[in-house]
Amino acid sequence: MTSPRNRESLSRRRFLGAAGMAGAGLAASATGARAGAPDPLITEVQDWNRYLGEGVDKRPYGMPSRHEKHVMRRDVSWLTASPESSVNFTPLHELDGIITPSGLCFERHHGGIADIEPANHRLMIHGLVDKPLVFTMEDIRRMPRQNRVYFLECAANSGMEWRGAQLNGCQFTHGMVHNVMYTGVPLRALLEEAGVKPTAKWLMLEGADSSGMNRSLPLEKALGDVLIAFAMNGEALRPEQGYPLRAVIPGWEGNLWVKWLRRIEVGDKPWMAREETSKYTDLLADGRSRRFTFIMDAKSVVTNPSPQAPLKHKGRNVLSGLAWSGRGTIKRVDVTLDGGKNWQSARIDGPVLDKSLTRFYVDFDWPGQELLIQSRAMDSTGYVQPTKDELRKLRGVNSIYHNNGIQTWLVRANGETENVEIA
Amino acid sequence: MSRSPKLALLAGFAALAVVAAGPLIAQPQKQVQPKPKPPVAEQPAHAKLNLGRPALPEEIKAWDIDIRPDGMGLPPGKGTVKQGDEIFQTQCASCHGEFGQGNGRWPVLAGGQGSLTSDRPEKTIGSFWPDLSTVYDYIRRAMPYGNAQSLSPDEIYALTAYLLYLNDIVKDEEFELSDKNFTSVKLPNAATFYDDDRETTEKAFWGKEPCMKDCKSEAKITGRAAVLDVTPDSKTAPKVD
Repeated sequence: MTSPRNRESLSRRRFLGAAGMAGAGLAASATGARAGAPDPLITEVQDWNRYLGEGVDKRPYGMPSRHEKHVMRRDVSWLTASPESSVNFTPLHELDGIITPSGLCFERHHGGIADIEPANHRLMIHGLVDKPLVFTMEDIRRMPRQNRVYFLECAANSGMEWRGAQLNGCQFTHGMVHNVMYTGVPLRALLEEAGVKPTAKWLMLEGADSSGMNRSLPLEKALGDVLIAFAMNGEALRPEQGYPLRAVIPGWEGNLWVKWLRRIEVGDKPWMAREETSKYTDLLADGRSRRFTFIMDAKSVVTNPSPQAPLKHKGRNVLSGLAWSGRGTIKRVDVTLDGGKNWQSARIDGPVLDKSLTRFYVDFDWPGQELLIQSRAMDSTGYVQPTKDELRKLRGVNSIYHNNGIQTWLVRANGETENVEIA
Repeated sequence: MSRSPKLALLAGFAALAVVAAGPLIAQPQKQVQPKPKPPVAEQPAHAKLNLGRPALPEEIKAWDIDIRPDGMGLPPGKGTVKQGDEIFQTQCASCHGEFGQGNGRWPVLAGGQGSLTSDRPEKTIGSFWPDLSTVYDYIRRAMPYGNAQSLSPDEIYALTAYLLYLNDIVKDEEFELSDKNFTSVKLPNAATFYDDDRETTEKAFWGKEPCMKDCKSEAKITGRAAVLDVTPDSKTAPKVD
């Protein structure tokens, strides 16, 4: 036996033991328990059962278990020319419930992650206002706050799938979305401090990062549910999510949610910035382009099973997924297991919030046949999530953004799951 | 400590903000100049919270770098195609190519006219962008990539003129772009953009009661994910019990 005094060999043994356990676990569930052989994980005293674990001073800021190292953001390097203007993806297939852990929220930067000390951050409001103002973070933290849960979806989420099934995993096809609780100040309150002039119709939001990200926002939305947030999931924003201050534009495409927000100019017309002309405009088949396609339409995806989370067991299984709509709440999610021949309404569990991810389940028995799984979301405005073909018929395949078409997963008899298109 | 005059300036602003925050905060420094007027008196009548302080004209000028299609925000200045060519070759060509054709995966800035209805559209300034102001605004705030806000107004006028030349929108190397003639230049694709009309053109997606039972006789697989080396976890078949 290894002496507990020999820390190095002990930790090595623990590691080997853990690796062995994973294999043993599979074998046990496959044969062991039912064959009647006693399970050594039960009959033998295990290390964690005998030796002391780490003390409370070891993890001042806790991280996930070392057995969850595979649960992480991933990027697709061929998508972009540079990692500082790029995107990575939330591991949706590893998550449950509706709140995305802050460290797993997908990232999209255009000039890298700005590193800003809060004491050095300023928010300026000027333009068509009675009194241009400068706020410090201290000022903003003295204003009345709100807590709201919203999804943030990149306009380009699923954009690589317009021409057909391409990436194998819902992390890659649908992972440019996250859902957290924001704490912040209504933009309306900040605008009231400055006094918006009657001629005002549009705002321009601008980031402090090296891309100087700027977008035009209609005044009506700005006076509605927009938050200027300094916290997510109960703590300060993560640097990659705009620390110390970002815009939260509920239901609207992620690009508008300007991070490291430093300036709001009030005007009477939109600015036609690069991110609302060259980018985030939707080219249709006739060569014309939609602009200001702000709202993210109702959408859903089955996260389990999915290509990165295959089925492992015949018999009882849990199908799980996410639905969301930028137009309101999710009213219903239908799921098919046979490629759309027959549908059933999924069981929604957990909070159903406005413009938030919503969790659904179908608890089902799988005898081991091939499955063609789809989900179809319906929202509170009566919008029904369309198929990809319905969208293509109206838009063609070159609009890049706003692909909310129904996703299909093929589950083979061995449980392996693939991203496919069906007719 | 402060590595540059810029940082020292920021520290100065921080001190200013503390003064402006009012008498509740102890304020020992006396060297802060200039002392702003008491913030409460500066607030407009509708301000409810009396938070924030007036933005000074110099501060607004420093940050107000945006340009609109109607020319709002254009700084005084000018630059020719020829001057722009020289600046482009030293500041831009390593990524965007000598003629804006784009090196590797870096963005293509010129060409692609007439390609928007093709199978693979090439969306460049000349083929796609609606407004010249966006060129100026974007270069001014974000380019060169990794050294943003380092170009002078004249340099940006010159670069914008060169980009017009690369896109065959101006043909004369002597062409000079300035704050005076800027808004007279129109880009070829300006008229093809229109506001979001999904609620009209995609109206069919609303209010239908979708089929639930015996909706089709067969489901055929028409496409499969290309095998890309991005999802190592899914490469091997799982064990099924």
